[in-house]
Amino acid sequence: MGRITLDKVSKSFGDVQVIPPLDLTIDDGEFTVFVGPSGCGKSTLLRLIAGLEDVSSGQIRIDKQDATHVPPAKRGLAMVFQSYALYPHMSVRKNIAFPMKMAKVPVEEQNRRIEAAANALNLTDYLDRRPGQLSGGQRQRVAIGRAIVREPSAFLFDEPLSNLDAALRVGMRLEISELHERLETTMIYVTHDQVEAMTMADKIVVLQAGVIEQVGSPLELYHTPRNKFVAGFIGSPKMNFIEGKEAAKHGAHTIGIRPEHIEVSGEAGTWSGVVSVSEHLGSDTFFHVHGTGLAETITVRADGEVGFRHGDRIFMTPRADVIHKFDAEGLRIA
Amino acid sequence: MATQHSQPADRLTMAPPAPEPASQPAAADHQSGTKHARTAARLMMAPAVILLLGWMLVPLTMTLYFSFKKFLPLRGGDLGWVGFDNYVRFVSSSAFWPSVQATLVIVGGVLAITVVLGVLLAILLNQPMWGRGVVRILVIAPFFVMPTVSALVWKNMFMDPVNGLLAHVWRAFGAEPLVWLTEASTQSIILIVSWQWLPFATLILLTAIQSLDSEQLEAAEMDGAPPVKRFAYITLPHLSRAITVVVLIQTIFLLSIFAEIFVTTQGAFGTKTLTYLIFQRVLESQNIGLGSAGGVYAIILANIVAIFLMRIVGKNLDA
Repeated sequence: MGRITLDKVSKSFGDVQVIPPLDLTIDDGEFTVFVGPSGCGKSTLLRLIAGLEDVSSGQIRIDKQDATHVPPAKRGLAMVFQSYALYPHMSVRKNIAFPMKMAKVPVEEQNRRIEAAANALNLTDYLDRRPGQLSGGQRQRVAIGRAIVREPSAFLFDEPLSNLDAALRVGMRLEISELHERLETTMIYVTHDQVEAMTMADKIVVLQAGVIEQVGSPLELYHTPRNKFVAGFIGSPKMNFIEGKEAAKHGAHTIGIRPEHIEVSGEAGTWSGVVSVSEHLGSDTFFHVHGTGLAETITVRADGEVGFRHGDRIFMTPRADVIHKFDAEGLRIA
Repeated sequence: MATQHSQPADRLTMAPPAPEPASQPAAADHQSGTKHARTAARLMMAPAVILLLGWMLVPLTMTLYFSFKKFLPLRGGDLGWVGFDNYVRFVSSSAFWPSVQATLVIVGGVLAITVVLGVLLAILLNQPMWGRGVVRILVIAPFFVMPTVSALVWKNMFMDPVNGLLAHVWRAFGAEPLVWLTEASTQSIILIVSWQWLPFATLILLTAIQSLDSEQLEAAEMDGAPPVKRFAYITLPHLSRAITVVVLIQTIFLLSIFAEIFVTTQGAFGTKTLTYLIFQRVLESQNIGLGSAGGVYAIILANIVAIFLMRIVGKNLDA
């Protein structure tokens, strides 16, 4: 049970409206990711759902119950904070036990749940340590453990991986995804990293300046972005946007073509340009091409074996079936 | 004179168990990588160390020296060695144990009041409110008032049984005004000294409370802890180290309070602390040998208190 509905929810700080009224439904068991550039209001939206901020207008319903004015502790949601927010003077065991102690869960039941959580999260050997003696990844797991034992109807994650190094982030990403598969509980996850959003989400909510730009599955967003913002934000490297005559040929104000949808050749193609930088990742190579007359830079993804260098003239052919067309307002055409 | 000797001595013997000097050498070692740099560092620190050592040892030695002598400046001066006579006389005086008790009651009372009110005030001052900057400065202000002045102001403007502000308040409720410094003398001294030291405690605790991560409080809120429990489980443990610092520093200074007693009760009505007793032996009885012996007892008392404090609260300083 964990269906969360936002009905015309808005938030203002003083005169500044950070979130104009918005509607959103998160279904039970769904892994929803809020993604957007920093300052887009995604964390504020999460804090509204958690109850740490009061909504300025509108209604939040959790499992059909009006929760708009219910205090955070009574909403049955558990949150994992960016800074982990572990209690530094308590051992790991006491940290995990804290929400149960507050809820007056019997001690045997507390111990049972702590053991279960510690087993699931590989924390059994660390239960008697203080948070200060743990590594970043371990602290993250303790924070998740503290959320799990409450058996909440939904988990809220506020950029939980942004304090971890790159390798650990990939590992924790998998662990959180596995946790979701196992618990089948609703999860709402806030991040600015579109890779995290694409890899983990059942449903992505793209936000910009407090406004929902698009809601959909990762592949929906990738294949049919509703506007230029979503098209540019989802996918890495970024989509190329071409305006002017070339776009007019396709009957659009702007056309977008993803780097992976352009064929590269040394002999012939639709467009040509000079390689400025080539990035070799082993599996792939990215070419940043200048002097095409289409846009300042066109980014192209090619196979790892393709060996053009700085200064080489190359030819590019876009795949006609995956050209995205946008009108003057930046909205998708057909 | 011997009072002046014994006072710095007992302050300085308190100093070694205090936290800061102990942590400094470690930090210095960390910075200076090579052996050469360490030698240079020691050489350069030597003058300061020697000066401080002299500052401590000279008065201490003189206090010890006089404590074994019969020395009456106005009645024959140096009358030779008397062994432990001064020590025996000082302890067997009927004023000794009451003075130890008065010292501990005043120190304990002031510590309790300043820590409890300091925590509450710090929380209050940490709330966002209009004019917070001005209020903070006002709260710190009593600390800048000299002890003699503040005690006189309290004595004459607040606690005076005829014209004092408190007397007026009592009369406004139809009650007989309290003769504060006679009827509640120890409490009055505690009140005056607490008023002086509350700003210090508040200041230290306020800076500590500002470093509390707000996400911890939010996490506790989500975990179902009501405000009182958030205070008990999150805020108070976070403040434990600052409270320890407040207790240790205040104890050092409170053991030697003098001016507040001198200008109010003059040691009457059970407010004679050990410091004040030593002063009386030296200046009022003109017995430097006896006073010096008292000074040595004051050092011992200060160290006993220090040992107890470090046992009780010292563990908060690690980790």
